[in-house]
Amino acid sequence: MIPLKSLLWLSSALFAIGVFGVLTRRNAIAILLSIELILNAASLNFVVLGQAFGHPQGQAFALFVIALAACEAAVGLAIVLGLYRTANTVLADQVNLLKG
Amino acid sequence: MGTPPPTFLAHLGLWFLSALVIAGAIFVVTLGSLFRAALSLGLVLVGVAGLFLLVGAEFLAFVQILIYVGAILTLVVFAIMLTARVQGPAGSAAAVRQWPAAAVSLALFALLACVIAAIPSPTVVGAPVGLQELGRELITTLVLPFEVISVVFVAAMVGAIAVAASPRQGRGQAPPTTSA
Repeated sequence: MIPLKSLLWLSSALFAIGVFGVLTRRNAIAILLSIELILNAASLNFVVLGQAFGHPQGQAFALFVIALAACEAAVGLAIVLGLYRTANTVLADQVNLLKG
Repeated sequence: MGTPPPTFLAHLGLWFLSALVIAGAIFVVTLGSLFRAALSLGLVLVGVAGLFLLVGAEFLAFVQILIYVGAILTLVVFAIMLTARVQGPAGSAAAVRQWPAAAVSLALFALLACVIAAIPSPTVVGAPVGLQELGRELITTLVLPFEVISVVFVAAMVGAIAVAASPRQGRGQAPPTTSA
């Protein structure tokens, strides 16, 4: 028996911290870490509300969020590695070329 | 599923896990060392898995541990190690941009908190969905998104390999000339 609102507040705090990280970090990998925080806040919301209302689609969509987070991490880190190879940097604000 | 833990223990767990998650998240966005930030992300992920357990979503907790902590975090650590030469100590933010960003995220949190405070709350989480129900939902109502996710997953993995593969190997070898 857990108050629903405290969990929702927790996930919005997680989301806000993730947004702060996306806005302040310069390193592309650190930005990806902050995006993982945001995705975790979203899946926490899905699970909590699904459990609160007894609906299985909450957990199902949290599963989808986790799968998409895995895709995003794989592709994002591959892009970072390619960036490291072509531009020799991982700082997102130093990347200003469309064609290396 | 099963009997829910007693209220006192559930509240204790809730506060402990909330503190863990928030502290870990703050470490993720503020620590200068990227490796330590990634380890703090592991702390956050484990804390969220604990919260899943607390609201009775055991399967999601295991998936969270398996996929996030087992796979994604390992991938991130590998990427950090592979790019370690250009990381440098300046992994953290430029101090100039921190205050506007803090203002933006605090305003966002205030907005969300106001919205949450205004909703009529069911006040308790106590009607957990069982694993059988979840599985049945995944193969009946949600079978199309489930299949689409698997296609997206394959496409993302092939794309990641294509992007991350060493370009020298690709360019060095001449494409096999097909005899007409």
